Amino acid sequence: LSRDKLDDDTWDEVEETLIGADVGVAATTDIVGKLRERARIHGTATATELRAMLADELVAALDPQMDRTLAARPQDGRPAVLLVVGVNGAGKTTTCGKIARVLVADGHTVVLGAADTFRAAAAEQLATWAGRVGAEVVRGPEGADPASVAFDAVKRGIDAGVDTVLIDTAGRLQNKVGLMDELGKVKRVVEKHGPVDETLLILDATTGQNGLEQARVFTEVVDVTGVVLTKLDGTAKGGIVIAVQRKLGIPVKLVGLGEGPDDLAPFDARQFVDALVGADA
Amino acid sequence: MFDTLSDRLSGIFTKLRSKGRLTDADVDATAREIRLALLEADVALPVVKAFVARLKERARGAEVSQALNPAQQVIKIVHEELVATLGGEARRLQFAKNPPTVIMLAGLQGSGKTTLAGKLARWLKAQGHQPLLVAADLQRPNAVNQLQVLGGRAGVEVYAPQPGNGVGDPVSVARESIEHARRQMRDIVIVDTAGRLGIDAEMMRQAVNIRDAVDPDEVLFVIDAMVGQDAVATAEAFRDGVGISGVVLSKLDGDARGGAALSVRHVTGQPIIFASTGEKLEDFDVFHPDRMASRILGM
Ligand SMILES: Nc1nc2c(ncn2[C@@H]2O[C@H](COP(=O)(O)OP(=O)(O)OP(=O)(O)O)[C@@H](O)[C@H]2O)c(=O)[nH]1
Ligand SMILES: Nc1nc2c(ncn2[C@@H]2O[C@H](COP(=O)(O)OP(=O)(O)OP(=O)(O)O)[C@@H](O)[C@H]2O)c(=O)[nH]1
Ligand SMILES: [K+]
Ligand SMILES: [Mg+2]
Ligand SMILES: [Mg+2]
Repeated sequence: LSRDKLDDDTWDEVEETLIGADVGVAATTDIVGKLRERARIHGTATATELRAMLADELVAALDPQMDRTLAARPQDGRPAVLLVVGVNGAGKTTTCGKIARVLVADGHTVVLGAADTFRAAAAEQLATWAGRVGAEVVRGPEGADPASVAFDAVKRGIDAGVDTVLIDTAGRLQNKVGLMDELGKVKRVVEKHGPVDETLLILDATTGQNGLEQARVFTEVVDVTGVVLTKLDGTAKGGIVIAVQRKLGIPVKLVGLGEGPDDLAPFDARQFVDALVGADA
Repeated sequence: MFDTLSDRLSGIFTKLRSKGRLTDADVDATAREIRLALLEADVALPVVKAFVARLKERARGAEVSQALNPAQQVIKIVHEELVATLGGEARRLQFAKNPPTVIMLAGLQGSGKTTLAGKLARWLKAQGHQPLLVAADLQRPNAVNQLQVLGGRAGVEVYAPQPGNGVGDPVSVARESIEHARRQMRDIVIVDTAGRLGIDAEMMRQAVNIRDAVDPDEVLFVIDAMVGQDAVATAEAFRDGVGISGVVLSKLDGDARGGAALSVRHVTGQPIIFASTGEKLEDFDVFHPDRMASRILGM
C-alpha cells in the first residue's frame, strides 16, 4: 500500500476539479467512483497517471464516437432547416450568424429567419449578422407571430432554392410554460414544410446546474439534436455538458469562442476535456 | 431529483438522542449535507468551504431539541447565516451630492445589462428623477438600437451620438454624456457598456477608461443567476479590473437556485442591490436576502 501516493488529498483535488468545472455533484460522484475502481484495478500509483485516467474517463463520458456533424446540407433539393433555441442571452443570434458564415464560406446559400419578434432590436441584430456574412434575412413586423415568421423564412428558402435556413428564436427560460408552448408551435408550423433537420440548443458555458434542466425541458418541447456551447473563450469550463450528455445523450456539436464571425469551432471532446482538467494539473 | 435538504437532515437526526447537544459527528454529517445542497445550488466551491466552516463553528455544541424537529432547527441556523452573508438588509443606491448621479453597468456578455439599464431608467423616472440613458456599447450588433427601443418604452432620453456596430468610441460617448446630461438637466446618468470577459485585458482597460471618464457613483456588476462555478473568477476579475460598488442578479424569474448570489457577495464584499426578474421593464425589484437564502436552500 505504501506504493500508493493517491492519498485523500489527491482524490479531493480530482473531485474539486470536476465540481469547479460545473460537472455537478451527481456526475462527479459517478465519475470519481469509476475512477477509483480503475485506479484500484490498475494499481495506479501517481497523481499524474490519475490525471490521464481522469481525462480518459471524461472523454468516454462524452461518447466520442457520436456523430457531431451538423445537418446543414440540402437534401432532395430542399433546404436544410435548423432551429436555434435557448435561454435569454446564451448566444443564439450570434451563433446563427457564425454558422451562416461557415456555410457561406463553403459556397452555400443561407436564409436567416428572424423569429425573435419580441426582444428589442433582435431582428436588427440578426439582419446585421446577415449583412456581415452574406446571407438573406427574412423578418416580420415587431410583435409578429414568431411561428409565421419562421414559416415564411422556410418558404422563402424553398422558393429561392437556398441550401440552408437557420431560424433564430427569442430567448426563453425553460420554466416559462407559455413561452415554451410558443416554441413548440414554431417548430410544428415550420414542419408543415417538412422536417426540421437540426434543433440546436445554445448553452452558455458559464451556466451551472440549471443547464441540465434547460436541456431536459427544451428537448421535451422541441427535441434538441445538438448543443452549441458558447462563451468557452472565458474562464468557464462548461462542464455541465458532461451531465447533459450522460443524462440525455445530446451531443455538443459546436463551441463558441468569441463574438466575431469566425469564433466558432467543431466540438473536440479531447480538447474540451484537456481544458477542463488542465488548469489545476 | 434530489431530496430536499430538510429530508436529508431529518435522516441524520433520526439517530439523534432526544434533546441533546450536537456531537462533532452530528455536525460533520450535517455539514456534508449542507455542502452538497450548496454545491447543487451552484454556490462556488471555495465559498461553500468558507461558509460550511463558519457554520460548523456555530453548530458545534449547539443545543438541539428533538421535540422541535432538529432538522428544521439546523436549517434555521443555515438560513440565518445565509441571510447574513447575503447582506442582511438591502442597500439603496448612492446618489451624488452634485448631480448628475452616474451609474455604470458592467458584466459578462448577455448578462442583462442593457435590459437593466431600461429597468433602472423606468424605475428612477417613476420616483421623480430625470434619467439619461447612455449607449456606450458600440460593439455588440445593434446594442444601440436595443437601448433606444428600451429608452422609448421607459420614456427616457437615450444619448446615442454614435451608431455602434463597431463605429464610435465608447469612452468619448461616455465622457460627453455627462456634459449632455448637465445641459439637459438630467439628474441621473445610466451608462450601458458592452459585455466583456474577465480575462479580456483590452476590454477591461476600456471599462476602466469609461469609468474614469464618467467618475461613477455606482458601478453595478450585472450577473446572470444561472451562472455556476465561474462566478468567483468573473466577480474577481470585475472587482479587480474595473471595481464594483454593487451587484445586480438577473434572470431570477428562472428556476436556477442562484448560488452565484452567495459567491459574488463573498468575493466582492459588495451588496446585491437589485433583482432583475423578467424581460419586461417592470420586472425589477430590490434584492431580498431572505428570499434568496430560501431559494438557495430549495425552500
Ligand atoms: N465571449 C463570447 N461572447 C459571445 C459568444 N457568443 C455570443 N456572445 C455574446 O453574448 C451576447 C449575447 O449573444 P446573443 O447572440 O445576442 O444571444 P441570444 O441568445 O441571441 O440572446 P437573446 O436573443 O437576447 O436571448 C452578445 O454580446 C454576444 O456578442 C461567445 O462564444 N463568446
Ligand atoms: N427572463 C429574463 N430575461 C432577461 C432578464 N434580464 C435580461 N433578460 C434577457 O436576457 C437577454 C440578454 O439581455 P441584455 O440586456 O441584452 O444583456 P446584456 O448584458 O446587455 O448583453 P450584451 O450587451 O450582449 O453583453 C435578453 O433576451 C433580455 O431580454 C431577466 O431578468 N429575466
Ligand atoms: K474556458
Ligand atoms: Mg437573440
Ligand atoms: Mg447590452
